[in-house]
Amino acid sequence: MTTVAVKPATMAQALTRALRDAMTDDPSVHVMGEDVGTLGGVFRITDGLAAEFGEDRCTDTPLAEAGILGTAVGMAMYGLRPVVEMQFDAFAYPAFEQLVSHVAKMRNRTRGKMPLPLTIRIPYGGGIGGVEHHSDASEAYYMATPGLHVVTPATVADAYGLLRASIASDDPVVFLEPKRLYWSKDAWSPEQPTAVEPIGRAVVRRSGRSATLITYGPSLPVCMEAAEAAKAEGWDLEVVDLRSLVPFDDETVCASVRRTGRAVVVHESGGFGGPGGEIAARITERCFHHLEAPVLRVAGFDLPYPPPMLERHHLPGVDRILDAVGRLQWEAES
Amino acid sequence: MTVMEQRGAYRPTPPPAWQPRTDPAPLLPDAEPYRVLGTEAAAKADPELLRRLYAELVKGRRYNAQATALTKQGRLAVYPSSTGQEACEVAAALVLEERDWLFPSYRDTLAVVARGVDPVEALTLLRGDWHTGYDPYEHRVAPLSTPLATQLPHAVGLAHAARLKGDDVVALAMVGDGGTSEGDFHEALNFAAVWQAPVVFLVQNNGFAISVPLAKQTAAPSLAHKAVGYGMPGRLVDGNDAAAVHEVLADAVRRARAGGGPTLVEAITYRVDAHTNADDATRYRGDAEVEAWREHDPIALLERELTGRGLLDEAGAETARQDAETLAADLRARMNQDAELDPMDLFTHVYAEPTPQLLEQREQLRAELAAEAESEGARP
Repeated sequence: MTTVAVKPATMAQALTRALRDAMTDDPSVHVMGEDVGTLGGVFRITDGLAAEFGEDRCTDTPLAEAGILGTAVGMAMYGLRPVVEMQFDAFAYPAFEQLVSHVAKMRNRTRGKMPLPLTIRIPYGGGIGGVEHHSDASEAYYMATPGLHVVTPATVADAYGLLRASIASDDPVVFLEPKRLYWSKDAWSPEQPTAVEPIGRAVVRRSGRSATLITYGPSLPVCMEAAEAAKAEGWDLEVVDLRSLVPFDDETVCASVRRTGRAVVVHESGGFGGPGGEIAARITERCFHHLEAPVLRVAGFDLPYPPPMLERHHLPGVDRILDAVGRLQWEAES
Repeated sequence: MTVMEQRGAYRPTPPPAWQPRTDPAPLLPDAEPYRVLGTEAAAKADPELLRRLYAELVKGRRYNAQATALTKQGRLAVYPSSTGQEACEVAAALVLEERDWLFPSYRDTLAVVARGVDPVEALTLLRGDWHTGYDPYEHRVAPLSTPLATQLPHAVGLAHAARLKGDDVVALAMVGDGGTSEGDFHEALNFAAVWQAPVVFLVQNNGFAISVPLAKQTAAPSLAHKAVGYGMPGRLVDGNDAAAVHEVLADAVRRARAGGGPTLVEAITYRVDAHTNADDATRYRGDAEVEAWREHDPIALLERELTGRGLLDEAGAETARQDAETLAADLRARMNQDAELDPMDLFTHVYAEPTPQLLEQREQLRAELAAEAESEGARP
């Protein structure tokens, strides 16, 4: 038996590998978007795909997001499996009507006759010093649209597994890539990729007994760091990585909160009308008698995404998370 | 060499990246809408085709009248009539081969029916029992698109995909004059031209976007002229001349199938009825205008040609009327039956597999329905 050396790989590399493997396994998989061909995408996620599979399989489109997604809909109608790249979170908005009125509704509208197996990759979130329109946490818009799956990886292995699962899904998937984690590294071997993860299951990244941090995508490393720092305060924090916002894994989330009795939801998206409100409500509805304190949210402020020199004040950080944990009514314990 | 000598040798050149332009002249539409009926071109038209068009136009007119009547009886929630536009609706359906695809807008149920879809299935959207009542793959008809022009990029993508797969398929996409102002119209035409996709865009310029006339919609010389900016030919046709619309669309389909790329066709027609049964057209246009267009009615134009050439007699016209009555009677009878609805279907096709949340909600509705049935059963 030969052992394959597991070397550190970046999330970007894992995503590229996922696209390449999907294209190799299934000739109906087509990658399309702005600059995805010759350049390999502005984040180089599609690097080498046009050279390997040809420009008909990895296509530089005109610069028009509604047109990109709209034509991808037509391609999916004809049996292809398009993987669309939106260049940045805030550049995806022109495609919103196609997404909401057609992508999300086509299967239902046609009573299952015309499913649309397409994946929409969107680099999202802040923390990379991007100027205006390059750092939006846009997940709440997609979560609020029935008919879409909304998936976001936080680890290198999940980036591969979840993207493969998204492309293989017969439903449309909005695949949100935390762009500040593109260069995060993990022990992961492209030669021995991990098994494809099913969409819709959360995972406990760190076990703990005091309280649960519920998070996803770009905020997972922050929560892991906060959990380490919390040890000094005597708190043993559990961290749940949702991985999929739609479908939502009530089971894993509630099992954790029932164990710990306290929960903080952490995300970059604004708190008002953001995912945390929905998650807190779901926990309260299901775990009320297990709760020792109200479910708290640590979210981005309710403001347009700040200029890069101020973004650190906006993004949930370790201190803000620990501060929220400190407000989980520990007095009752003493 | 001195600087002055260099200057002497200087010849102005274009900027480095500049390319000679495509000659726009062949892409330009004719000055006047192309016509066949009543012109010399009519002699070349296939008599069988003219008779077929006539029969379909008469049926189409009756279908529009019947569907409008069904709104008054409460059997349709709303009906956007294509009365006066039957030539475009029918020709769009007839020019396509079986393997081709039609992408209709919400006003195009007649084209959908003429393509072979069961009228009751074509009307479920407007009856309100389900959004799309037909299987799009059965007759290769995309769902009726209510959001304007958004179906056009779908047609482009489908035609592009077919070409990538080596299939000999053309997509014909329908849109109105108002729809040409939408961004999706622009993006679809641009993608189609860049990809040389086998698509035909048919704009039915019926004069109004609900109440807004064309003059408030565009300052273009004509809607067909817009094609030139994308690098595809624009054709202008009399939209009430069924033979002309059929010929122009058939040319465009042939061109697309042969790998010649997309065409934009603007058909000049008129929406004789209001926007829908719920609209009051007297608020924005006068009777004189409508009457002028009635003189240019698609059925009358074709009837004049056919009778003038001895291709249609009273018996033939009567047969066409009878066929139309049969269609209307069948539609009336079937639409007067209540739609069979199962509320549990609401959850069946949101996703391939319902999410855990939808499964919970489905059980909630099931319980509500059971309670409803019980209380109805308990009523004396």
